[in-house]
Amino acid sequence: MSVVVVERVGDEITPASLELLSGARHLGGVVEGVTWGDANVLAAQAGAYGASVLWSVGDLGGGLPGPVMAAGLATLLAKDGAAGAESGHVAAGEGGGATRVLVPHDYDGRDIAARLSARLDRPVLTNVVGLDADGVSEHAIFGGAQVLKARFTGPGIFVVRAKSFIAEASDGAPAEVRPLAVGDLGRIAEVKITACHVEEQAGPRLDQAPVVVSGGRGLGTAEGYEMIEELARLLGGAAGASRAIVDAGWVPYSHQVGQTGKTVKPSLYFAAGISGATQHMVGMKGSSHIVAVNKDPDAPIFAIADLGVVGDVHKVLPKLIEALKNR
Amino acid sequence: MNVVVCVKQIPDPAEPGALTAAHTLDRHDKLTIDEADRYGVEVGLQLVEQAGDGEVVLVSMAPRGEVGGLRQGLAMGAARAVLVSDDVLAGTDALGTAKVLAAAIGRLSPDLVIAATESTDGYTGTTPVQVAELLGLPSVSFARRVEVTGGRLRGQRQTESGYDEVEVDLPALVTVTAGVVEPRYPNFRGITGASKKPLEVLSVADLRIDPSAVGAAGAGQAVLSVEPAPARGGGEVILDEGDAHQRIVEFLEGLKL
Repeated sequence: MSVVVVERVGDEITPASLELLSGARHLGGVVEGVTWGDANVLAAQAGAYGASVLWSVGDLGGGLPGPVMAAGLATLLAKDGAAGAESGHVAAGEGGGATRVLVPHDYDGRDIAARLSARLDRPVLTNVVGLDADGVSEHAIFGGAQVLKARFTGPGIFVVRAKSFIAEASDGAPAEVRPLAVGDLGRIAEVKITACHVEEQAGPRLDQAPVVVSGGRGLGTAEGYEMIEELARLLGGAAGASRAIVDAGWVPYSHQVGQTGKTVKPSLYFAAGISGATQHMVGMKGSSHIVAVNKDPDAPIFAIADLGVVGDVHKVLPKLIEALKNR
Repeated sequence: MNVVVCVKQIPDPAEPGALTAAHTLDRHDKLTIDEADRYGVEVGLQLVEQAGDGEVVLVSMAPRGEVGGLRQGLAMGAARAVLVSDDVLAGTDALGTAKVLAAAIGRLSPDLVIAATESTDGYTGTTPVQVAELLGLPSVSFARRVEVTGGRLRGQRQTESGYDEVEVDLPALVTVTAGVVEPRYPNFRGITGASKKPLEVLSVADLRIDPSAVGAAGAGQAVLSVEPAPARGGGEVILDEGDAHQRIVEFLEGLKL
């Protein structure tokens, strides 16, 4: 069976968790989700994407999901092994391979997987980009240059990168909602969120946009990023960034594409002034079409670009913007 | 305030990574401090300076008694370092590493443990929070600002849509993002002094860790194969002679966006 970490934003399941529910459904066997807060409002969506049961660890009380979700998952997996049959739970081994836990590769997901791993004394596999019903997982290593295949000896915790599976709804009935009791966790659950800040960006969301225009160090200054935003607007896309200019403070982290940022697979990826560090490439190499402008003819980005322009972004982009405006 | 900073010593990141025949990361070359860890060292130094007492202790696990990366952190200003190095650790996975680091850190009873969000070579990104769970500590991962006042940590934690302000009492563990601070460059005195600072080398037995829980035998997964990713061939590359934008427009029109 598969147990999927169902992350939420308000009353919606995140796209990453919907992908995992769909992926788990296609792998076969029973799919159950674990979330926090009021699960009733998520039951229909969870069911449509593949979960028969949606467990909730309850209200987080202003805390982070990591410790509580990990403790809840550990309880659920213990049930699965020991008292699985009598609770109506499906025993490990059903549906090919042992129980697998699927976790989105994001901030909260990594906390959950790490704490669960330590709690269960089980390893965790991260950067998973594929998984088959026999429990063989694929991992992008060295920035996606190589694919490593691994198999767990026993139940596995898989932290799966975004867009490894396609989110597809089925006609599944709403998931049955069940509470998952988590006792007092003491100090590990003491972190409190005192305020949330949303760094809004105009236009479509970076990880859902059909076109992504990203800028890098080659822009020279923070002001150069205005060209990226304008080009993104003209192409109906979202503006992204390399880690270098996020670290430099030119643009907020929410724009970052790459290993530690967003994974994007748009129809068109436009890289301006980005050399193509493996850190960046792993987040965008799945794009359908790639256009790159960079003044260094040896930039690695050209090796994967469908159209590469060796030139100065400050010369090419203003003319391109002008031409697109006049189109 | 006493701060432990976890430091990973990694192969030169400018060199292409390679795996050994046993599918573990090839670390036979000289190792260097993971650049991502310099931010943690800097945060630790600043917090100790602000507190006016305490010290920064570096903790690392590495093969062959490797201390090159630790000396780099000591040169920045850390007071001392603890290295766990033992042949039985070859092939240890992230959880096994966390067990070793947790045992080494636990002996020091620090107020704060700092690590990078993920290493530059393996980027598993789970070891620090595994350490927190093993030590029973609360954790703030992906912190982009960290302050400590009156024994309470306040930080900004990255989220998918922006950031959260979070708080927790010490002791605690944080992972810091690159860019959280500007790491200082070691000065001449720092570099020459680094070789004289205390550096303790521990074995697995010293930490009373069961050798079967670490190393390749303790790793609960088997690597089946490693293959090059499906190649994505490059396409047309042109040199801009003032009219490259026209070729881009043609290309975009061909995509019917």
